[in-house]
Formats: sequence, structure tokens, C-alpha cells
Amino acid sequence: MEVTERIRDSLHRFFDGDFWYSFTQSKITMISGGVTAVMLLAAFFAPLISLQNPFDPAALNLMDAFTPPVWAENGSWAFPLGTDNQGRDLYSAILYGSRLSLFIGFASVSLAMILGVTLGLVAGYLGGIVDVVIMRVADVQLSFPAILIALLIDGVARALLPNNRHEDVVVYVLVLAIGLSQWVNFARTVRGISMVERNKEYVLAARLIGISRPLIMLRHILPNTMGPVLVIATISMGVAILLEATLSFLGVGVPPTEPSLGTLIRIGQDFLFSGEWWIVIFPGAALVILVLSVNLLGDWLRDYFNPKLR
Amino acid sequence: MFVLIVRRTFQSIIVMLVVALLAFTMFRYVGDPVAMLVGQETSLQERAALRENLGLNDPVPVQFGRFVLNMVQGEFGISYQIGRPVSELISERLPATLELSLLAALFALLTGIPMGIYTALRPGRWLSHFFLTLSLVGISLPTFLIGILLILLFGVILGWLPTFGRGEVVDLGWWTTGLLTESGIKSLLMPAFTLGIFQLTLIMRLVRSEMLEVLRTDYIKFARARGLTNRAVNFGHALKNTLVPVITITGLQLGSIIAFAIITETVFQWPGMGLLFIGAISSVDIPIMSAYLVLIALFFVLINLTVDILYNVVDPRLRGDMRSSLG
Repeated sequence: MEVTERIRDSLHRFFDGDFWYSFTQSKITMISGGVTAVMLLAAFFAPLISLQNPFDPAALNLMDAFTPPVWAENGSWAFPLGTDNQGRDLYSAILYGSRLSLFIGFASVSLAMILGVTLGLVAGYLGGIVDVVIMRVADVQLSFPAILIALLIDGVARALLPNNRHEDVVVYVLVLAIGLSQWVNFARTVRGISMVERNKEYVLAARLIGISRPLIMLRHILPNTMGPVLVIATISMGVAILLEATLSFLGVGVPPTEPSLGTLIRIGQDFLFSGEWWIVIFPGAALVILVLSVNLLGDWLRDYFNPKLR
Repeated sequence: MFVLIVRRTFQSIIVMLVVALLAFTMFRYVGDPVAMLVGQETSLQERAALRENLGLNDPVPVQFGRFVLNMVQGEFGISYQIGRPVSELISERLPATLELSLLAALFALLTGIPMGIYTALRPGRWLSHFFLTLSLVGISLPTFLIGILLILLFGVILGWLPTFGRGEVVDLGWWTTGLLTESGIKSLLMPAFTLGIFQLTLIMRLVRSEMLEVLRTDYIKFARARGLTNRAVNFGHALKNTLVPVITITGLQLGSIIAFAIITETVFQWPGMGLLFIGAISSVDIPIMSAYLVLIALFFVLINLTVDILYNVVDPRLRGDMRSSLG
């Protein structure tokens, strides 16, 4: 009884609060929020709402290959958006593909966030040589595009792992590659905030009563960084999804046996000239809609946490 | 000024050495170079001899020193897969990538700046809204998708433009160019547009925000109070100050254009360095990978250095800061 009341209470506070109000103030934000939610849910429940398991070779029938979408001639309701060269239902493949893309996005942004926030906190709070070393590395990395860094990490991982092992762990290699190419933004922002906060009186008071440095960073400085970190995480999410799609499109990402959105587009590119446009267009549209709505949400969050820009 | 140049050059050399160390580590420790070079039936003695010949038994610092020395002379070893010197492979493909990148940068500048100026001067017009919406879509549309859509429209449906390769190229001895033949120019159009579109949105947004910033300053108000024409104020006074950061950023972006060419080159099967690099990653061809890494880093460092120095030459305010911070 008490628990439900508490939940209701916090829900009330959420919907009456500033955050929700700001969200409902812009139609574009609400639409992109809705679209993101729908795509998240669809990806999460993909096994329930898809028509087949596109990752299961036994479920595919080569006889169904290149079926056009349902409204075209020879289309069939069994494959509403048509099929690819393997006879894979594109609607199901897009659901599973966005599931994969979103998983890689979330995992790599989490990795980048943990790494970046930790290094940023340490650099900003401790200062000195630690700060110089971390920020120098960050500066050098920032001057190279993320795609290049992700490609290099992927290439090295490929060389270190024997060929047959690579396909099993490719998702984790991608998470590592994308995560390591994204940490700098987190680190720079968190460092800036913690450099300001460490000189404030409450931190001084905390040091005075003998709280250890890790605890001060964690309990007193970290909470101040949460807003900007959330903004960067959202923006990085869009970047990470695009990076994954790009790597997969370049053929160094997810293999065609378990396609992500980028892999599907890569498959489809080979069949553009024979007129099978749907293999490219539908996964491409799904990717663009997903990234666009995440970016718009990020824009809104940035404005919300930074009223000066409004 | 001189102090600045020396310091920046020194920093650049350090960065290059770190990158070289990375490339060396990749080259030396990712996989065994000997095993990559020889076939299955090579005996252990032959392998050991080759190892000695390649100097792989020397102390690691000596090996690194030799690696850097070779690199400075443009010697990057022999490709594992193709079996030819990496330097040859790269110099064959460099013109294709540079031609594409420079044209893309030019396109981005020549369309991005006017679009940015227009959206800043006429914020309410529908064309400004259209440009801004377009730039948002441009940022959310991945490069490779833009390329594919272009191929679908102009290559497949309309059949106007070739969809892959460079077309006919003219060999000038040390440089191959596609700019002198009709098919070469036609082949260049779609890739250059694809590569430039992201930079275009970037430049447009930058010009717009800088211009809006400058238009708010006092000296613009004063210029208007003096009764100068709109044209003189906007283009004579405001634009001049807007362009300094624009030139800097565009300069810095040139490096990423060359890197992003990897994607465009894959879409259009453009025979440049990017395509070579992607092939090297798939086939774990370490010498090509490390050479590409070093080369791209060199581009970046050189561009950064030039832009830094130019910035100081162009903007006298920075020089004043430098002097006061030094003395």
C-alpha cells in the first residue's frame, strides 16, 4: 500500500514538475519523444510483434527472396515491407535490426559515459599532472573523427582475434570501439564542472569533516554534473547509432547473418540496380527516423538544462 | 610569434611520435609479421633467418627508431595481402582521395556561406526555415544513405550519372586527374556532393550563428548610425568578422573530410585511400592500416598547425593576448 502511494506521489511530482511542462511545450519534442518511445518498445518486444525470426536461418526460405512490399505487384501480406536476398522479411529484420542498433548504442554510450565521467571527475578534482595527461589524450583524440578511431579499434580487434571467434564477439567489439571513441565529450564537460565545484564552500566543508576524496567526488561533485551528462548521453546516443550503422555499412560491423540496420542497407545497395529499392529504403527510413528523433530530444534536453540558450 | 610557431611545431612532433608508436605497436605486436609474410611450408630455419633479416630480434627501441626513420623516408613496408610496397599503393590512390576531398570542401564553402548569410540576414523568411530544416535533416541523414539515395535517383531512375569509379582519368605522371575528361567530371559530381553535404550544414550553421552574434555588436550599430547602406554594413563590416572563425573551422574540417571520404569512397567504389584502408581492415593488412593511420595523423597535424599559425596572423587581437600572457 505504502509503496504504491509513494510511486503515485513521485509520478505526481514528475507530471506537475518543470521537466514535464517543458516537454509538453513543444510539439516537435513531443512527437520525437513519442516516436523514440514507440521505436524503443518495438525493438524491445521485437520477438512478440515480428512475423519471423530473421536471425534464424531455418525460418528463411530462399524461394521468398526479393518479394516486393505488399502494395506492389506480387507483394504478399506475409511480408508487408517485402523481403531481402535471403527471403528475410524486412519488417521483422528492421525490428530485430533496430534492437541490435539500440543495444549497441546504449551499451557503448554507457561505456563512454562511465569512462568519461570518471576520468573527467578525477582530472577536474585532482588537477595537476593527472589533469594534464588526461586532457592531453582527450585533445589529441578529439582532433580525429570518431569514425576513424572506431575503425582502428575494430581493425586491431580483428587482427587480435582469430577469424571464427570474431563473428561471435563482434557486437562487443563494436561497443568497445564506439564507446572508446565517444568518452571525450563526457570527460571535458565533467572536468569543467568539477573544477568549478571543488572550490565551493560545501566541498571545503566536506573535506574539513574528513570525508575521503573518492567519496567527495562521488557524493558531492558527481550530482552536479548529471544534467549536462544526460544531454551529452542523448546526443552521443544518436552519434553511436549512426556510427554503428556506418561501420556495419562499411562491412566491418555486424555480419549479414544477424543484420543491424546498417548491414541491411549494405545488403540492399547491391540490389539497387536490379530495381529492388525496398531493401535499402525501409531500413534507411527506420534509421533516419530513429536518429532524427533522438537528436531532437537531445536538442530539447540541451535547451532545458541550459536556459541561457533559450 | 616565433615562440608560438616553435612551440606548436614541437607539440605536433610529439603527437606524430605518439601516433608512430601506436602504429609501430600495431605493426609489431598485432599478429606475427613473419607468419604473415611467409607461406605454410616455410621451414623454421627460414623463418628464423627472415626474422633476423627484418631486424625483429633487435631491442624494441632500436626497432622503433628504425620504424620512424623508414616512415620519414616514406617507407611503410610491404602489404601482406597485395604484396607490393605500401608507399606505392598509397601514392597511386592519393590523387583520387585528395581531388574528391578538395572538391567537396569547395562545394561546401561556396554553398554553405551564402546560405548561412541568408538565414542570418532574413531570419523570418520561409527560405531560411527551409535551409535550417534541410540542415537538420542533413545532420541526421547518414552520409552513406545520402549517397545511396543519390545513386538511386540519378544513377538508376534517371540514368544521368555514373554510379561507381572515377571514369576516365588523365595520367599526368605523378598525378592522375578526372577533371579533364567528361566522364571523370560526371563521376565526381555525386561523390563530391555526398561528401560535402555534412560540411555544408556545419558551415551554414556556423556562419549563421557567427553572423547573428556580430550583427548584435556595437560597431555594427554605430555603422548603421553613421548611415551606411545595409549592403556596406552587412558585407563590408559584419561578414568580414564572421569569416575568421569560419575559415579556421573549415581548415580543421579538411582533415575530417579526408577521413570521411572512407564512407563516400565505399558507396561509390571510388578508388582512393579510404577504399584501400577498408579493404585492409577486412583482410587484417596491418602495414596498410598503420601507414594510413600515420598519414591521416600527418594531415591532421599539418592542418592544425597551419590553421593555428594563420589564425594568429589574421586576427591581431590574439597576438596581443599572447604577448601579455608571455610577459
